[in-house]
Amino acid sequence: MRLFIEHFIEWIIKGCGYISAFIVLLIVFFLFREGISFLNSSPLEEHYGLYVNIQNPITKLSDNQVKDIFDQKIVNWNQIGGHDDLIKRISVNELDDHFTKEQLGSNFEYLSVCVNRYIDTVPGAIAFFSERQLAISPNTKEITLEKISLGKFLTGLEWFPTAQPAAIMGTLPLLLGTLLVSFFAILFALPLGLAASIYLAEIADERVRKILKPIIELLSGIPSVVYGFFGLVVIVPFLQKVFNLPVGETALAGSILLAIMALPTIITVSEDAIRTCPRAMKEASLALGASHWQTIRKVILPYASSGITAAAILGIGRAIGETMAVLMVTGNAAVIPKSLIQPVRTIPATIAAELGEAPFGGLHFKALFALACILFIITLITNLLVERMSANRRTS
Amino acid sequence: MKILNLLVASLLLLVACNNASQEKRDSKSNTLKIKGSDTVLPLAQKSAENFMKTHQDISIAVVGGGSGTGITALMDGNTDIAMSSRELKGEEKLKLLEKQIAIEVKTIAVDALAVIVHPENKVENLTREQLEKIYIGEITNWKEVGGADLTIVVYSRENSSGTYEFFKEHVMDKKNYASTVLNMPATGAIVQSISQTKGAIGYIGIAYMTPEVKAIHVSYDQGKTFVAPSLETAKDKAYPISRPLYYIYDIKIAAKVGAFVDYCLSAEGQKMVEEVGYIPLNK
Repeated sequence: MRLFIEHFIEWIIKGCGYISAFIVLLIVFFLFREGISFLNSSPLEEHYGLYVNIQNPITKLSDNQVKDIFDQKIVNWNQIGGHDDLIKRISVNELDDHFTKEQLGSNFEYLSVCVNRYIDTVPGAIAFFSERQLAISPNTKEITLEKISLGKFLTGLEWFPTAQPAAIMGTLPLLLGTLLVSFFAILFALPLGLAASIYLAEIADERVRKILKPIIELLSGIPSVVYGFFGLVVIVPFLQKVFNLPVGETALAGSILLAIMALPTIITVSEDAIRTCPRAMKEASLALGASHWQTIRKVILPYASSGITAAAILGIGRAIGETMAVLMVTGNAAVIPKSLIQPVRTIPATIAAELGEAPFGGLHFKALFALACILFIITLITNLLVERMSANRRTS
Repeated sequence: MKILNLLVASLLLLVACNNASQEKRDSKSNTLKIKGSDTVLPLAQKSAENFMKTHQDISIAVVGGGSGTGITALMDGNTDIAMSSRELKGEEKLKLLEKQIAIEVKTIAVDALAVIVHPENKVENLTREQLEKIYIGEITNWKEVGGADLTIVVYSRENSSGTYEFFKEHVMDKKNYASTVLNMPATGAIVQSISQTKGAIGYIGIAYMTPEVKAIHVSYDQGKTFVAPSLETAKDKAYPISRPLYYIYDIKIAAKVGAFVDYCLSAEGQKMVEEVGYIPLNK
């Protein structure tokens, strides 16, 4: 009977392990399925097309050209190599500008006729319609748009997922923003956290430790929205004054805030690692005549190095993935960051801000999943790198 | 075999229960679902709460999610009333036609968007064209519009917000925002940032105006008349950047939703509009 119960428990424990691994794989699979299905799709929404007069020599447009046309930056076809015709834009949401209600019919039954006639008679016309709304006449041809490729997605310089009619999705500014903010956050947090944990583990007396440690651990219990608001009200105006900036919502503000948020993790984990150093080793070092400082530097820190690297990974993980606080203090301008005291937009903040109203299953929705894939790969690479480094150190 | 029987029996029981609860839900037809614009959400919630106090037999559920979400839900029959902070798009009208749904659109309140700057900014007036150029990044310094020599820091809402779309459509002539524009997640954050940034400009619902920021007088007629946003100017439509807030519903269920909509349009309902911070309709 006892044997049976033991087997049963063993079986349950094994099952739990498999189930959690399975769940993780399932999530990763889901993430990548959504993200990858986004590549190679057209930047237009499904069933939609851009139509022009058959005599128009232009057959291909890039997404940026489409945006400039609809932003009225390109106003004549000769600017992009066509005939000298003024561009006239027409789309389903601007029908009132071109036709009266009588022309369209009370139930839009003449819509197709009106638009086709318009394209026929106006040589510069460009129409943005869905296949369902419009029967295409022989005098009309469809413009092809370049598909979204992986290279374009990763190196594109502009992020305009809601641009009409063609979405523009370049993630380079977001990617660089994320890396910049996380890198400096960890640069600020690691020395400070390491120093604090050495102090707590080795130097502070028991009474000070008992007061300081709970206070530091309290930091990790504060919700990130509160951090964000603190950053917005305190750190942002402070930076603005100190550096005399036109705007205080900068990458630096995000880095400082993230550094503060990563501190408790780094301190707790590395302090635990330092405290695991066996008493015998410390005493041996001291008995050989080494001072306390030499012991910390030569014995304790090398011994705890793998734990400290673990602390660093956890800290980086927090810094890269943090959304709300960063969303509130970095300004979220999707431009390539040139300095630390400039607004940036990070990947997690973008996902958090846009997922709410991106139509389910649409192009924008999938693009956000592709962003999440990038984030996942970055974290994976950091983890592997740090693990490799700590493994090397242990063997040497 | 015994186990199988048991399974079948419990399955049957489940199905029966499901049917029973379905019937119960159908018989209780006085449940109203309202879905859509987050701008209208606080108003609808308040109206619904007060309405249910006097009509104990009716229960109302209000959910946000954005104007577009609400209208889609209305087409799919997943909601009784759609809240919207914008008019129906041509595309949505076509879809409604396709599905042969006739709708009723009721304006329930008016919202004005105030363009705000730091209180120390000398600039008082801006035309629509100037605002457009500021937001698409053509004007970057306050001295170009008669202010001090100071960089303009442009704030906007996130691109998922209905207010963002409204501003793009009605102020920026449907052009895209410059990529240097700072996007803030909430209106409160915009007010906070503008109150502490000298060169800042942004837009907020008039309910969020505070003394820490200054509202710009806006002109839509190339600078002939400049109007300050206020309850009065929005009511008489002198202030150009104001938008009606709507309830949209299927004509077929007018009888079902009528009582609630009428309540929102009544004097009592309009008083709540003012309490929430929007502008009541002109009588």
